[in-house]
Amino acid sequence: MALLEVKNLGISFGGLKAVDGFHITIEEGQLYGLIGPNGAGKTTVFNLLTGVYRPTLGTITLDGKNLVGKGPSEICKSGVARTFQNIRLFGKMTVLDNVKTALHNQVTYSGISCFFHGPSYKKKEAEMTEKALDILKVFELDQYQDTLASNLPYGQQRKLEIARALATNPKLLLLDEPAAGMNPNETAELMETIRLIREKYHITILLIEHDMKLVAGICEYLTVLNFGTELASGTPAEVLNDPKVITAYLGE
Amino acid sequence: MKKISNKQVWKNIGIILISYIAVTLLLNSGLLNRQYTSLLVPIAINVMLAVSLNLVTGFLGELSLGHAGFMSIGAYTGALISLNLGKTGILPEPVAFAAAVLCGGIVAAVFGFLIGVPVLRLRGDYLAITTLAFGEIIKSVINSMKITNGAKGLNKIPLYSNYKNYTVVFILMVITVLAISNLMRSRDGRAITAIRDNDIAAESIGIKISHYKVKAFAISAFFAGVAGVLYAHNVGILKPGTFDYNKSIEILVIVVLGGMGSIPGSVIAAVILTILPELLRGADNMRMLLYAIVLIAMMIFNNSRIKEGLMMNRTVKKLTGKGE
Ligand SMILES: Nc1ncnc2c1ncn2[C@@H]1O[C@H](COP(=O)(O)OP(=O)(O)OP(=O)(O)O)[C@@H](O)[C@H]1O
Ligand SMILES: [Mg+2]
Repeated sequence: MALLEVKNLGISFGGLKAVDGFHITIEEGQLYGLIGPNGAGKTTVFNLLTGVYRPTLGTITLDGKNLVGKGPSEICKSGVARTFQNIRLFGKMTVLDNVKTALHNQVTYSGISCFFHGPSYKKKEAEMTEKALDILKVFELDQYQDTLASNLPYGQQRKLEIARALATNPKLLLLDEPAAGMNPNETAELMETIRLIREKYHITILLIEHDMKLVAGICEYLTVLNFGTELASGTPAEVLNDPKVITAYLGE
Repeated sequence: MKKISNKQVWKNIGIILISYIAVTLLLNSGLLNRQYTSLLVPIAINVMLAVSLNLVTGFLGELSLGHAGFMSIGAYTGALISLNLGKTGILPEPVAFAAAVLCGGIVAAVFGFLIGVPVLRLRGDYLAITTLAFGEIIKSVINSMKITNGAKGLNKIPLYSNYKNYTVVFILMVITVLAISNLMRSRDGRAITAIRDNDIAAESIGIKISHYKVKAFAISAFFAGVAGVLYAHNVGILKPGTFDYNKSIEILVIVVLGGMGSIPGSVIAAVILTILPELLRGADNMRMLLYAIVLIAMMIFNNSRIKEGLMMNRTVKKLTGKGE
């Protein structure tokens, strides 16, 4: 059974069909790319998968379990985490606290312990800090642990978003243009990190990217979206040589 | 990590002990005249009100203009308990007062929960207006109810929490400040702050926004209710008009001046702004003008380089505990 199965997914805003008849099947462990020109509906697909929008049509199942109708926090608990195209960090919290906040459902203690910092609070908080630092180290962000998230350089903010998403212990990680605004060096480094976290945390990744060549280098499978519908899908080689894709996307 | 948190604890205990001793010495030395001893309890009450409002306004990021409403619910609940159970001798005084404090807090928290529910649907200005309306509704209801004695209000409430019993008041204030600052350094507190900073991101990492919004409102109302109980047993009389939106705004001003999301700031601002009107009493009709000028000066200071510079200063950092 595939990890994620999406069938006939659609949503309209007013008269505009932002996503229409979209389908995708992602196997466990895959690194899957979702590409397409501006306004194609890529981010909208993410918003549908994570419950930000409710689809007007279609089904979404993760590990065979239905996700349609669940809210974002429930979907996160089911094992889907994401980053945002326009960065959404907790700006006035430290880098460390951003990640600790994302451990919300991973390390828990009672509401009473929140007021009385007793032994269970101390133990669980120490555990949280340790886990958070482990994740931050992967992104070489541990040196900034006490910095306010909003004071981080742009590229580091993007990385912190991924770190935060990872802390929720997802099965499926959705990355919305993780390399946006990065220079080629940073981008190459980030792609390496993405590959690394897939191995280290045994997760499946669905990645949105603008830059087709970049995606082709790292993804095993691609779906091209245009005007809310699938234009093509297959291995990078198949997709890149598809005449439809070339005219619609590369030829522009 | 552990070492730092222990240091923090000792520093807190130090601050608490020093302020308690200072208050005791001031009271017993006779340095304070009647005018100033009567300020001790109001200071503590305003600290509690400001810190609890900061939870909703500073940390959750929702502008609430109905904090006096929660205070009045606590005040009336507590007063009715002491009048009916304490004064009549059904319960021994300390027990009656403990019951008043607890029930005052709990009943206010229930209302905080109730107001928290519509909050889930409203944002920003709409929410602010709703909380404002809530405060006014509470006032009118109290004004028209029999048990609260309507517009005449309650009087001869036993003075369980006047300045002679400042130890109890001090302890309740410390509990409030510690409870809320502990909360903010915990799992629930981080969830609340995360919702303020970015609610969509908070949801995306599995935080149930509705749960934490309601919780923040209820906790905030609880401590405002307790502050109300202290108010009732300090003044001895309650009138519905005391708890109008002016009072809510007054608390909000303390929170804004102290800094949104800063607990030490709320405490300091509450102390200054409670004493200030008394200090200015001599100035008579210039009083409100001077008060306003001080407010503006504090606001400018808050946003100034001087404060930033102070915050960067090593000794200040150490004192405020931000150095570690
Ligand atoms: N909440 C919304 N209300 C109305 N229209 C929307 C909404 N969200 C998205 N759209 C529209 O849906 C279409 C797809 O937008 P989407 O953001 O998914 O594109 P995208 O593929 O992510 O583009 P980009 O590469 O620029 O990020 C656009 O025309 C957009 O204006
Ligand atoms: Mg997009």
